[in-house]
Amino acid sequence: MSDQWVEVCHVDDIDEEDVIRFDHQQKTYAVYRSHNSEYFATDGLCTHEKIHLADGLVMDFVIECPKHNGRFDYRNGKALNAPACVNLRTYPVKVEAGKVMLDTQGQGNP
Amino acid sequence: MSQIPHDPERGKDYSLTGERARHAEDAGLVSAVWYQCPVPRKRMKELMQRSDGRALRDTALWLGAMVLSGWGGYVFWGSAACVPFFLLYGLLYGTAANSRWHEAGHGTAFKTRWMNDVVYQLACFMVMYEPQVWRWSHARHHTDTIIVGRDPEIVEPRPPRLHLMALKFLSFPHVFNAFKSLFQHASGQMSEEEKIFVPASEWPKVYRTARIWLVLQGLVIGTALFLNSWLPLMYVLLPTIYGGWLSYVFGLTQHVGLAEDELDHRTNCRTIYMNPVFRFFYSDMNYHLEHHMFPMVPYHALEKLHEEIKDDCPPPYNSLIEAYREIIPTLWKQRKDPSFYIKRPIKAPSPDVSDTAERQESAFS
Repeated sequence: MSDQWVEVCHVDDIDEEDVIRFDHQQKTYAVYRSHNSEYFATDGLCTHEKIHLADGLVMDFVIECPKHNGRFDYRNGKALNAPACVNLRTYPVKVEAGKVMLDTQGQGNP
Repeated sequence: MSQIPHDPERGKDYSLTGERARHAEDAGLVSAVWYQCPVPRKRMKELMQRSDGRALRDTALWLGAMVLSGWGGYVFWGSAACVPFFLLYGLLYGTAANSRWHEAGHGTAFKTRWMNDVVYQLACFMVMYEPQVWRWSHARHHTDTIIVGRDPEIVEPRPPRLHLMALKFLSFPHVFNAFKSLFQHASGQMSEEEKIFVPASEWPKVYRTARIWLVLQGLVIGTALFLNSWLPLMYVLLPTIYGGWLSYVFGLTQHVGLAEDELDHRTNCRTIYMNPVFRFFYSDMNYHLEHHMFPMVPYHALEKLHEEIKDDCPPPYNSLIEAYREIIPTLWKQRKDPSFYIKRPIKAPSPDVSDTAERQESAFS
């Protein structure tokens, strides 16, 4: 188990049922807050085309790519409909002292 | 859409398998970063929101009108009185269905996914756009809009073939090509161009759909022959032909005559103000620039999006007629000078937005 936790933001920097972009060491992530204030993280770019998912729409536990409307379940990265066919990698997220922390080296689900 | 075979008489090769495809890649035009007008994130989230209500209402109106006009056509069949009913039915089937496959294919018509899927499959059948092929073709169209050698949906390559355009008003080339494609797919084969933008994992679905469609079309044709009547065909198959002309009129205005190979939708898309009836048939795709720039905004929010970004865009056209006053002379000129196109007036990119490939800043400020 790795130990590369980085601070993403304050918990309230992400609205409920929304997503933000987080860049760290030349890699980009999408960090989500669900409607019941759980936090999740995936790779930041859609696996279909390299479009930032943080510009997309969050509906329930789904992130929709803003370019071609491909959808993923951001809890496990699963691609839900074409043109998204390849799952997103996910990363462990935790909340500590009001901060959202992301494990950049964690063994996320591909 | 047109999958564009290579035409050696054209200066440029518009096919996806030719030299221009390689040129587009070398020029950095493939899957590139496109200009987006800045919109506050909070506002964009509002505009992106989905709901079922509006689409349920519009779908009920659309299908209800088809039932009523179809019923009128049946009641008056055999007399001239059936003509206006079938004209309306045809427009609802061959034109309104076109914009419905498009919106439902984007997944933006309804909030509920399966509703989009149902309308998508139904509308695809009506306009004879094979659902899997067109979903992937359209994704490519949005990625590389009017990039020659990449976009399979360039409606009128240059120079235009005006005699073919005349045939397209009655959808003859489309229906002919659709059947050709269906038979090819039903036999378990994809075209070389389709193999480029449709993943192999989708091919079995393409084959299955083609076989189902051919059976359904065959049943309709068989019923017509059995009854010795054109009437069944007036409801299925023929309205794709006699009802699609308005869709072609709308569709030509989207990109024809504008720039090719430019990474800014303000230079290759038109927005046209239209009356509510046209907007109903067209599902608000008259806001075509807005749709291409922000495809996640549902049709019913495009007018509001237009208000947000119009100061950063070329002036919209005030009517279809105004758009065609530009398109027709442009097409005529392009017969002899294919390099000619309309340069839409745009401001320099907003300093708030970086469009470099490296950073790919979000346009949501």
